[in-house]
Amino acid sequence: MALLEVKDLKVRVEEREILHGLTLTVNEGEIHAIMGPNGSGKSTLSHVIAGKPGYEVTDGQILFRGEDLLEMSPDMRAAKGVFLAFQYPVEIPGVATMNFLRTALNAQRKARGEDEYSTPDFLKKVREVSKSLNIPQDMLKRGVNVGFSGGEKKRNEVLQMALFEPSLCILDEMDSGLDIDALRIAADGVNALHSPKRAMVVITHYQRLLNYIVPDVVHVMSKGRVVKSGGKELALELEASGYAQFEDAA
Amino acid sequence: MNVAVAKTGKGRAVSDLFTSAEGRLPGSSAVTAVRREAFETYERLGLPHRRIEEWKYTDLRALVGEVLTLAAAPDAAALKRAADAVKAHAIDGARKLVLVDGVFAADLSDVKALASEAGFKTLRETLDKDAGLLKTASTDAVIALNAAMATDGVVLSIADGAKLSAPIQIIHIATASSASAFTRSQVTIGNDARATIVESFVAAGSKAYQVNDAVIVSVGNNADVAHIRLMDDAPDAVNVSSHFVTIGANVKFNFFNMTTGAAVSRLQGFITLAGEGSELSANGVNLLQKTEHGDTTLVVDHAVPNCVSREIFRAVIDDRAHSVFQGRIIVRPDAQKTDGKMMTRALLLSDEAEADNKPELEIFADDVSCGHGATAGALDDSLLFYLKARGLPEKQAQALLIQAFVGEAIEQIADDGLREHVIGIAEHWLERRS
Repeated sequence: MALLEVKDLKVRVEEREILHGLTLTVNEGEIHAIMGPNGSGKSTLSHVIAGKPGYEVTDGQILFRGEDLLEMSPDMRAAKGVFLAFQYPVEIPGVATMNFLRTALNAQRKARGEDEYSTPDFLKKVREVSKSLNIPQDMLKRGVNVGFSGGEKKRNEVLQMALFEPSLCILDEMDSGLDIDALRIAADGVNALHSPKRAMVVITHYQRLLNYIVPDVVHVMSKGRVVKSGGKELALELEASGYAQFEDAA
Repeated sequence: MNVAVAKTGKGRAVSDLFTSAEGRLPGSSAVTAVRREAFETYERLGLPHRRIEEWKYTDLRALVGEVLTLAAAPDAAALKRAADAVKAHAIDGARKLVLVDGVFAADLSDVKALASEAGFKTLRETLDKDAGLLKTASTDAVIALNAAMATDGVVLSIADGAKLSAPIQIIHIATASSASAFTRSQVTIGNDARATIVESFVAAGSKAYQVNDAVIVSVGNNADVAHIRLMDDAPDAVNVSSHFVTIGANVKFNFFNMTTGAAVSRLQGFITLAGEGSELSANGVNLLQKTEHGDTTLVVDHAVPNCVSREIFRAVIDDRAHSVFQGRIIVRPDAQKTDGKMMTRALLLSDEAEADNKPELEIFADDVSCGHGATAGALDDSLLFYLKARGLPEKQAQALLIQAFVGEAIEQIADDGLREHVIGIAEHWLERRS
């Protein structure tokens, strides 16, 4: 069974249709890249998979391990193993990162019927994970993302990914706002988390990110549909010739 | 002046309230004369209503309608219920002074333990020597009614240089339903003293009661004082409380009010900075739901130069609840170099929730730094979605954001233990809500 199946998905925002029948299949362990020009619907797809309000699915299906994802609340999707790394992670003043991480992890475990972590067990786990990602402990004491640099915010997303151990990670424009060093650090984190059981969907406007996270499959989106799929060489082709050639195909 | 609405439900004249209670009101004839005068003031004014500017948002005639008759002195069964409530609400290590339905309950209080650290008498014991305890400069009707009707209270004096080893907790317990309790207390804190005073208002199985409390606090020079008020009266109760605080020179005064109960409540604080070099930190949180109405009205009077005042208030308002914050900062002509700031924020959890903010600056000096800010809004959807996308169910995501919102006020509480206690009250409220 495929991990994620998006079938002929049509999505509206207010009165405007953004996705016009999008189909995508992702299997366990695969890395998919979704590329496309601004306004092609890449971020809409990631938001609809994560369950962000404000999008109306008018047709089609999203199945996660065969279960209807669209019937689930966002928190239930997270508990099932869907993780969206935000393009712009929000700042939450007054909520300490450590408290947020523990609350979220235990909420997911509770939803899955697993035992919640005790405080010492949690601290041990978060220390291990943050050490492996070179995240300083004082960052965890601050409010969630408050005063973090762009690179720190993305590393905090990667930290959560490592801690929550999702089976599907969607990285929405992970490269936006990052300089090349910050991008490499974040990408190294992502690569370290890739496993035969964990799939990644990398949404990006530029080929640059794919130098660091090498995809198995590249999809080109235009005007709300996947218009071409291929191997990693497709990304290089796009970099050379641009998206214009696909505009007509859509 | 229309006093008709201040009649009781049985149609008796409002003066019956006083006449029928008079036998239970302590004090010699001199005290009775003061009470009579106060009652005449109340009778002339009636309950405050919206056409009185200070009560514009809290119209007691509309919200309360009538003043209930005085609660009977608690019997053994009432004291038993009160004892359970004391256990549930006592702060660890605090010296307790308990008032049940407006009457001091010695058996539930830690009078002996307190004796080595502070002077203590009841209002009842003190009034004959000092009828002035019933007098304030205020012309407010509910304060006049309090002077007329006060049955008891605590009179505390903390000597110069005394450093209290534990907080003193004044616990007001209501055991009588559909009745009212009037209490008045005085706290005198000497020079160089250090004290923490906690006031708690709770119910013990009682319903639809009314509380009218007044506290007169005076603080000597160089003192360090924390004053925490925790009002968690029954959901259909009324609580109207008045604080008169006079602060000497070089004092640190840390005040916090938490409102989590009562159908209708108002805390009106009148704080005068009367000595130079003092720092006042006055903060509070209203957590309101259903049709609760919670009003915090604070007048901070900078009477002398070189004082600092900081006010941070947060209101969380659910359902059809209504929160009011009125903050006035007065800077007298001599009070140069005053630094006064006030920030109030309301979080509206429902479309029908209401917040009224009325900040006022009355500045008569020309070399001061004063400011205020007020905001009102809903929970941020983008923050909620982020938390939900990380696995937090809706109510839990809301709770985390609400805790952060009120945290900005709660973290102003200087004492670690009391701060944790207040955080616990907020958490409990959030659990009750979900």
